[in-house]
Amino acid sequence: MQLIINGEKVELPENVGNVSELIQYFGLDQKVVMIELNQEILEKSKHSETILSNGDRVEMVHFVGGG
Amino acid sequence: MTERYSRQELFAPIGVGGQAKLRRKHVLIVGAGALGTGNAEALVRAGIGKLTMVDRDYVEWSNLQRQNLYCEEDAVGRLPKAVAAEKRLQAINTDVKVEVHVADVGPAELKELVAGVDVIIDATDNFDIRMMINDISQKYRIPWIYGACVGSYGISYTIIPRDTPCLSCLLESVPLGGLTCDTAGIISPAVQTVVAHQVTEALKILVEDYQSLRNKLVSFDLWKNQHTSINVEKVKKESCLSCGTERTYPYLDYRNTTKTAVLCGRDTVQIRPPDKIERDLEQLEHLLQQQGDDLQRNPYLLSFTKGDHRLVIFKDGRVLVHGTKDIAEAKTLYHRYLG
Ligand SMILES: [Zn+2]
Repeated sequence: MQLIINGEKVELPENVGNVSELIQYFGLDQKVVMIELNQEILEKSKHSETILSNGDRVEMVHFVGGG
Repeated sequence: MTERYSRQELFAPIGVGGQAKLRRKHVLIVGAGALGTGNAEALVRAGIGKLTMVDRDYVEWSNLQRQNLYCEEDAVGRLPKAVAAEKRLQAINTDVKVEVHVADVGPAELKELVAGVDVIIDATDNFDIRMMINDISQKYRIPWIYGACVGSYGISYTIIPRDTPCLSCLLESVPLGGLTCDTAGIISPAVQTVVAHQVTEALKILVEDYQSLRNKLVSFDLWKNQHTSINVEKVKKESCLSCGTERTYPYLDYRNTTKTAVLCGRDTVQIRPPDKIERDLEQLEHLLQQQGDDLQRNPYLLSFTKGDHRLVIFKDGRVLVHGTKDIAEAKTLYHRYLG
């Protein structure tokens, strides 16, 4: 599957099907992550039930603490 | 001296009127590390009326790579960051009133610090203090600007009470272990990019150009050439305990503040005495003279080394125990040498 993540085309392996798996794929599952899917913000509780499809536009921002 | 702000006055969205407003405004920066020094330098050069800055730490060699107000002399002398920052800021611009505090910030300190403040800039390194800033911002209706960075990555968001969601809305709940300390290092352009976002948003607030605020959560990775922003308006929650209708400001509750803290990525534990005390550093130096391997004192702190550990004792009673991440071990050392 191909997605547009933060403005760039990214090819993803078969085992990435929903938003939770996408977050895991990028190693951000221990972080607080905000996801926008096709310009709609996605609640955290919907991450695992939201299925991704080819060509979806995803914006992904994770929180960090350092300063 | 009329030339001083001419380039900023020529910038139409600020203009002569905006500059006059800036001169009357008061900014609080919490933290005088990388983000704190970057924000402070820019705002003091821009000619705000007053800057208040608070920090609990002192200057070390590892700070000099990115904390732009400090020099080698400050690291050698182990000057408290707030003290070293004040010295440099006043050398940059005597127009601006600069007030600094060497202190750890809790709810009580924050309440005093925000009096008369127009915007709070987050230059901290942990979410315990950010949640307190978030609550105080809602309680006194003062905007604050979150900023953080690690590696080549950075993030920022501007919180306007009654208007935008607050940090608590965005994070929902702070998951245990979900916002652990980042130890991946940092490059200074990541710091400076977050600073650029924070200072620009602060200037908009200070000249009262609210229309121009970004209103989005922004993040970037300079090494990976990425930049993105998300409209988070919809995550504002009526049930939020910090900004909702039944707000209780949970993070301003003293029972929730810890007396000991492991400092992020530093192999250091901070211990705060349960009651405020003022340490007589000279007397303490005398007491510890024969007990350690090395002892050094400046007007603000006493540094005591014994084996692999170093205790730094501040006048306000706080102690940094270097060389351990173990709170129990730090407490043992604290009680052994400081009673
Ligand atoms: Zn909220």
